[in-house]
Amino acid sequence: MKPNNLNVLVIDENRIRASIIEEGLRDAGYDSVTIIADMTGLVRRIAEINPDVIVIDLENPNRDMLESMFQISRAVKRPIAMFVDKSDEASIEAAVDAGVSAYIVDGLKQERVRPILKMAISRFNAFSRLSRELEEARGELENRKLIDRAKGLLMRARGLSEKEAYVLMRRTAMGQNRKIVEIAQSLITAASLLDPGEDA
Amino acid sequence: MTKSRYEITAGFLPLLDSALLVVAKEKGFAQTQQVDLTLVRERSWATIRDKLAVGHFEVAHILAPMPIACNLGLTAPAPRMIVPMALGLGGNAVAVSGGLWWEMVDNGATGNLDARSSGAALRRVISQRIGDRLRFGVVHPYSGHNYELRYWLSASGIDPDREIEIVFLPPADMGDALKAGSIDGYCAGEPWNTFGVLKRGAHLATVKAAIWKSSPEKVLGVNGRWGDSHPEALAAMLRALYNASVWCADAAHHEELAVLLSGPAYIDKSVEWLRPAVTGELRIGGRYTQTVKDFFVPNAKAATFPWKSHALWFYTQMVRWGQLKHTAPHQHVAGNTYRPDIYRSALKTLGLAMPAASSKVEGALRMETPVGSSGMLTLGPDGFFDGTLFDPDHVDEYVASQKQS
Repeated sequence: MKPNNLNVLVIDENRIRASIIEEGLRDAGYDSVTIIADMTGLVRRIAEINPDVIVIDLENPNRDMLESMFQISRAVKRPIAMFVDKSDEASIEAAVDAGVSAYIVDGLKQERVRPILKMAISRFNAFSRLSRELEEARGELENRKLIDRAKGLLMRARGLSEKEAYVLMRRTAMGQNRKIVEIAQSLITAASLLDPGEDA
Repeated sequence: MTKSRYEITAGFLPLLDSALLVVAKEKGFAQTQQVDLTLVRERSWATIRDKLAVGHFEVAHILAPMPIACNLGLTAPAPRMIVPMALGLGGNAVAVSGGLWWEMVDNGATGNLDARSSGAALRRVISQRIGDRLRFGVVHPYSGHNYELRYWLSASGIDPDREIEIVFLPPADMGDALKAGSIDGYCAGEPWNTFGVLKRGAHLATVKAAIWKSSPEKVLGVNGRWGDSHPEALAAMLRALYNASVWCADAAHHEELAVLLSGPAYIDKSVEWLRPAVTGELRIGGRYTQTVKDFFVPNAKAATFPWKSHALWFYTQMVRWGQLKHTAPHQHVAGNTYRPDIYRSALKTLGLAMPAASSKVEGALRMETPVGSSGMLTLGPDGFFDGTLFDPDHVDEYVASQKQS
């Protein structure tokens, strides 16, 4: 059996992350990858799939159930032991840091499955980075919208051009050692208090 | 404000018995001991164990048998864990579906949470049953829930491996599984029994406090490497938790405790689900309530003392249910996972009455009994509902005498 003939199961309620891992594993030549995103009937599904390796995220509340299956040889044909043991502390740490955990069939050589865990760790890290960036981008978009609204208020109230309105806010922000978006927010709040009809 | 000297991160699961950690932080007991305590909520015991193992957590709220299982190499990763304190006694119940409950009533169950009569009724139901085996849910193989459910069934004449089926699922899913009929009962901690009764038509059959009186449920698990190298920080943490346990035990604080635990950072559920277990006014089914004074004991009866006899009893159950073989080295590892020596030295400055011994015969005390010369401490009643004693000095005999069914 070649290393990439291993039957890999990815359990992750986050479908996007699961498919990122699946793609990585397929690119690395692992053809037999299954994803479970829906936790109903998990025990039966695992028995059917009979995986050699299971990758699961640390936040999954079904980890306890999963580990209990390794005790009951009736549910899964071959007992599964945790991949990371104390002889391999660095990979335990890397996995926990990334938020992922893996299990392998008892007796499988660690060298054969280490690349799978490595792949899972790097893809989990990449996914977290991606989520963070997305979060930041979303925040920036929100900020830009607030600043545009505040500019509009100033333009109407004081008859300024768009550029003048922006310069005024920037100067005020610098003078008060605050961010422009905070000034914009204060303006919008003040306007809605002064004239509820104006910016409600 | 006192400046913090120790930074400690503790993992916990959103359950009633995280109370000591939550109160230590929220009511300032940690701060008084110069501990800057960060609490991190998790969703599985496996993840609590893993993060404790790699040092993301210095300490954690953990199932009482789990550190023993780790030290015995039954789970991996398996760095050394120590248990210098219990986080209270009791707190679990066995809940069954409304349908099963009425069958049990027809067979003599009395509805007073008595372990003996409920167990006998369940045995009669099972002996008359045709078709599928009944299924009971527990949270984890190395849990008090698993061992006390099995003990109760077996002592009631029910083989927990052949006459029923034990399945594992997260506590928050138990009530829904019961309602959907995929399980017939479960043994879990709070608020999940109360939730089952209030929202999913469950009825309580019995409680942990009836199966094994004065028994530990969650403990403080400590990363052994950190504990060894930070004895002062650990001692400060234990003092904070002890003072929190005194606060939790005061009936005047029960309402505040229920509200605190129900908050968004902790259990994040309705305070109605917490109040019964905190006060001991249990909702047992339908509109019925029953007072169980020692349902969850945070402080009295040396509730935070890490008895070696508790560790050894859990060990005997691991052997009984085939999780490992009984050997002298295994027994040694199990007994020494619990560390009353650390507890004693950490709490010395609080001037408490402490148990003179580190082990006791479980079941020797039939009633509340003052111990020690000061008379400030009472222990018991303790032990098992079937009257069997567990003498930690005679583990071999106890293991040999246990039914494997």
